[in-house]
Amino acid sequence: MSDSQWPLWEVFTQPTKGEPFEHAGSVHAPDGELALQNARDVYARRGEAVNLWVVPTTAIVASAPSDAGPFFDPGNDKPYRHPQFYLAPRGVRIF
Amino acid sequence: MTEPSFQVAAPRSTPVANPLFEYLLRLGDDRLVLGHRLSEWCGHGPILEEDIALSNIALDLIGHAASLLALAGEIEGQGRDADKLAYFREAVAYRNALLVEIPNGDFAVTMVRQFLFDAYSVLLWDALSRCDHEGLAAVAAKSLKEDKYHLRHSSEWVIRLGDGTAESHERAQTALDALWRYTGELFDHDAVDDAVAAEAFIAIDHDALHSLWLTMVKDVVQRATLTLPTDPAMRRGGRRGFHTESLGHMLATMQIVARSHPGASW
Repeated sequence: MSDSQWPLWEVFTQPTKGEPFEHAGSVHAPDGELALQNARDVYARRGEAVNLWVVPTTAIVASAPSDAGPFFDPGNDKPYRHPQFYLAPRGVRIF
Repeated sequence: MTEPSFQVAAPRSTPVANPLFEYLLRLGDDRLVLGHRLSEWCGHGPILEEDIALSNIALDLIGHAASLLALAGEIEGQGRDADKLAYFREAVAYRNALLVEIPNGDFAVTMVRQFLFDAYSVLLWDALSRCDHEGLAAVAAKSLKEDKYHLRHSSEWVIRLGDGTAESHERAQTALDALWRYTGELFDHDAVDDAVAAEAFIAIDHDALHSLWLTMVKDVVQRATLTLPTDPAMRRGGRRGFHTESLGHMLATMQIVARSHPGASW
């Protein structure tokens, strides 16, 4: 399919002002302006967003499935990396 | 694009019975017919994203038409609602400009037509949103926001088609040349306009609108590396019910379900 399609763009939407942008999906478009318009029509036409980002898919550097072990596993057996591991002293309000 | 048959009719100079009703029909029918034309692309767009965009714009326009025809029905006071006006009028009772009923042709014809209409529509809504008719001003303000987006979409496309490949340039120029003769009708001024200006405080300066429109169109045409047509011959007649053959065919498709099952709801 890639030879007959325009370049792919990843779409990020901001649901309300101040919220972080979330990945919504992707669109095909020949350039940034049309990617933005396509993203608006595909992902934000029902008022789902107040802001949009579009990023060329090729600009995204992603971790590979084979990285899963070395990248993410070490966190599993180190509960002391989480604040919940520590007991809060008496008198401190816990949120 | 096949050359549609047409009849020439001069702008109306004799008084009409209910000018505000007539005026709202013109506004509503332009958008209903163009919205239906765009909806014909649904499932046939050049790419999924554009298919969605065209259907989206079609829905916006049909929404504007629904508000305008509902308002027209109220003004008329004969118990006709928006559906009745849309589905149970013959082509001769339609008041849209010829530009919007021309068959879609290729993507260039669709997009150039859309651009020529969007530029006109944005300017018109901008003026009407400040008119003294409360109901119409409200519809205008709401429609203006959506039409601004349509104009952005269609003008970006015209620029890309014109300034694209040799083929897209040629198709865009052919479309512009073929459609140009239908643009004059948008800015015609007749007895209906005079009457609504006097009765309902809707005064549009058509000459000023035309020159603003021309400035917008020239700018985009230039950026698209296209050539602005200079042929001054204009075709008109839609505002008085003299339509091309293609409108009848389009309405037959658009109205068949409502006419086969009168009163049905879904």
